[in-house]
Amino acid sequence: MLKTFPKGGIHPEENKITSSKAIKKMPIPKVVYVPIAQHIGIPSEIIVDKKDKVEIGQVIAKSGGFVSSNIHSPIAGTVTKLDMIVDTSGYKKQCIVIRTDQKNETNFEEPVFPLKKEITMDQKDILQHITNSGIVGLGGATFPSHVKLDLKNDNKVDCLIINGVECEPYLTADHRLMLEKADEIIVGIQILMHALHINEAVIGIENNKKDAIKVLKQAAQSDKRIKVAALQVKYPQGSEKQLIKAILKREVPKGGLPMDVGVIVHNVGTIFAIYQAVQYNRPLIERVVTVTGKNIENASNFWVKIGTPIKDLVEEVGGMPEGTRKIVNGGPMMGKAIKNTDVPVTKGTSGILLISENEASRQEAKNCIRCGQCVFVCPMGLEPHLLMNLSEKGLYERLASEDAMTCIECGSCSYVCPSHRPLLDYIRFGKSIIKKLNTAKN
Amino acid sequence: MADPIIISASPHVHSARTSKKVMYDVLYALIPAFLVSIYVFGISALILTSVAVISCLVFEYIIQKYLLKTKVTITDGSALITGILLAFNLPSNLPIWMIIIGALIAIGVAKLSFGGLGYNIFNPALIGRVFLLVCFPVQMTSWPTAVENNLTLVDAVTGETTLGIIKEGLMYGETMSTISEQLPSTMELFIGITSGSAGEMSALALLLGGIFLIVRKVITWHIPITMLVTMGVMTGIFWLVNPEQYANPLIHLLSGGAILGAFYMATDLVTSPMTKKGMVIFAIGIAVITVVIRLFGAYPEGVSFAILIMNAFVPLIDKYFKPRRFGNKIKSKIM
Ligand code: SF4
Ligand code: SF4
Repeated sequence: MLKTFPKGGIHPEENKITSSKAIKKMPIPKVVYVPIAQHIGIPSEIIVDKKDKVEIGQVIAKSGGFVSSNIHSPIAGTVTKLDMIVDTSGYKKQCIVIRTDQKNETNFEEPVFPLKKEITMDQKDILQHITNSGIVGLGGATFPSHVKLDLKNDNKVDCLIINGVECEPYLTADHRLMLEKADEIIVGIQILMHALHINEAVIGIENNKKDAIKVLKQAAQSDKRIKVAALQVKYPQGSEKQLIKAILKREVPKGGLPMDVGVIVHNVGTIFAIYQAVQYNRPLIERVVTVTGKNIENASNFWVKIGTPIKDLVEEVGGMPEGTRKIVNGGPMMGKAIKNTDVPVTKGTSGILLISENEASRQEAKNCIRCGQCVFVCPMGLEPHLLMNLSEKGLYERLASEDAMTCIECGSCSYVCPSHRPLLDYIRFGKSIIKKLNTAKN
Repeated sequence: MADPIIISASPHVHSARTSKKVMYDVLYALIPAFLVSIYVFGISALILTSVAVISCLVFEYIIQKYLLKTKVTITDGSALITGILLAFNLPSNLPIWMIIIGALIAIGVAKLSFGGLGYNIFNPALIGRVFLLVCFPVQMTSWPTAVENNLTLVDAVTGETTLGIIKEGLMYGETMSTISEQLPSTMELFIGITSGSAGEMSALALLLGGIFLIVRKVITWHIPITMLVTMGVMTGIFWLVNPEQYANPLIHLLSGGAILGAFYMATDLVTSPMTKKGMVIFAIGIAVITVVIRLFGAYPEGVSFAILIMNAFVPLIDKYFKPRRFGNKIKSKIM
């Protein structure tokens, strides 16, 4: 029996159309739009001005606090504007616009990074490099990585879990990265184990990526401390809490963090970024993005510079297919629908999904027939039908006491509801009100 | 101009499951039992079912359109199912006007007055049946005798149900061994060549449909299996203690509405608990009440009453048997 988390979960159609497509380099964009709030936490502070010349990898906005992150210029060029543009959140956010200098050769040089296995830095230097390099959780959570690594002395972290689950349908960015950069990922893991004095690491991969499991097992052969766990295919296994439960059978307490059960979880993409930051001092200025959809001609995976307009990516795969009605930044379960393709790729963009007419619109919500499906599939043991009801009626205190705040917003409940009830919409709304009420109280 | 881009919150995909499909699965599951009822009760079973279904649909339409002035939902399949289940719980020779009254009570009172599909506390078909049983006890307890391959229109002979024969026999001081001579064989009970309500006789046909429902994930095994096992164990204990006073558990499981109740009535999504723990409690409750009524009550059959009584407890059960919250009862270090 393959490991998995015990309670709830669903198995949506996988649609991993691009899993055999090698990651291609996107051509250098003419202009990049780099938002300063690409991570969870405090936005970064802009330290360049209009007309400034910037180099690749130069810090253009510095970390605004502990839970924040540096932002580096993805290209060499000139800052043309400090502007407000709509980002993936749907709101206008501050953003640095840089025009690529077409004459600057560094833009077009292919940087080569041969595999570098030796770890020469000490713990402090490693953490410093990760902090400076603007690395955030690349699985989509965009939590600044150094925060997770800032262990107090009394920590009991004994296991590092590497998230290669990629349970979202359609997305294959992590899958491809694992196939193509297996050795680098293993070194990245060793770097973290070295820095944090951890002696056990497990890479969790769902069993629909057998090739990646094989390649990583091979790459990890020489290091007995690193194991690969093949997991049953089940959404939302990529969620930290579910993944820890699946691999170690440990349960993160309500309101707690993985650290509370002695675990740190990092996404494979983040590990690769850490490898590059530590071994080559290369900041996070590009990432892998899956551009996909059922009607796209050349759906594929790309290395994309942060700040590249999504438009460029869509063009690269053959243009917007006729009848596209929804553009999703991320996967179909947790991604955000965006208004248009002017929105730039950020550190959290794992995929761009174009959904056509017949799948884009929701069906009308009907009465709850009390079928219990939402309860069965909720991985957190919640009662989504009840939470929606309470949120609808404005009973926020009850809502909080029914543990609404522990909802991980995986969308499994809305996905299964045969009455098409917008369960998660209401739960999300209720949660935001509870949060407001709580801050008002304090 | 191209159609506008849609912005909505995640998730952006949905399982193809719809409530309509769920309802139609229930409908398909009822087909085998329906065929058996026509086979043994002939055209009258067909008439009974048609009248029940049509009246349920018509009442739902009229009440929603003209009285409540809300959206008419007769196409969602639920009224259709209520009609069939109501018919399955009635003797096939019931006068037509009584069937219509049953349908009115089921749809008008038990379903729509509570707020429609999803809000009703009691199983509508059962409310319809129990109402008729209370108002017209004579007609509701005279059953046509089952005839194999019945093509006649006349049901001259009326027979007794298995449980009815037992109850009456025991009342007159007979013992099970003398009574059992008048009973259909276990095999007859299993296949369904016996007297009873239109759709409740054939355990085989009902089980087939029941398995289909479980395979299609419309219901889970928790309610039907728990209910039948509990009934079997309870009646088994009594039977072992005194086989002359109590019928054997197989008779109890195969006759009356036990299987129909377990797979189709008690599992009604709207009126049963939401969690698996709750379902087990609910099913045990039904089984215990049923057995008590059958063995010690005035009625030979108690499944309908038992289900309705337990329906009333569902809100309470849902309140106290919640799913286990992830990460609960573990002390967090940071809180
Ligand atoms: S309630 Fe929250 S955690 Fe549970 S299924 Fe719905 S979205 Fe997921
Ligand atoms: S899945 Fe939908 S219909 Fe079923 S209980 Fe939950 S909210 Fe109600």
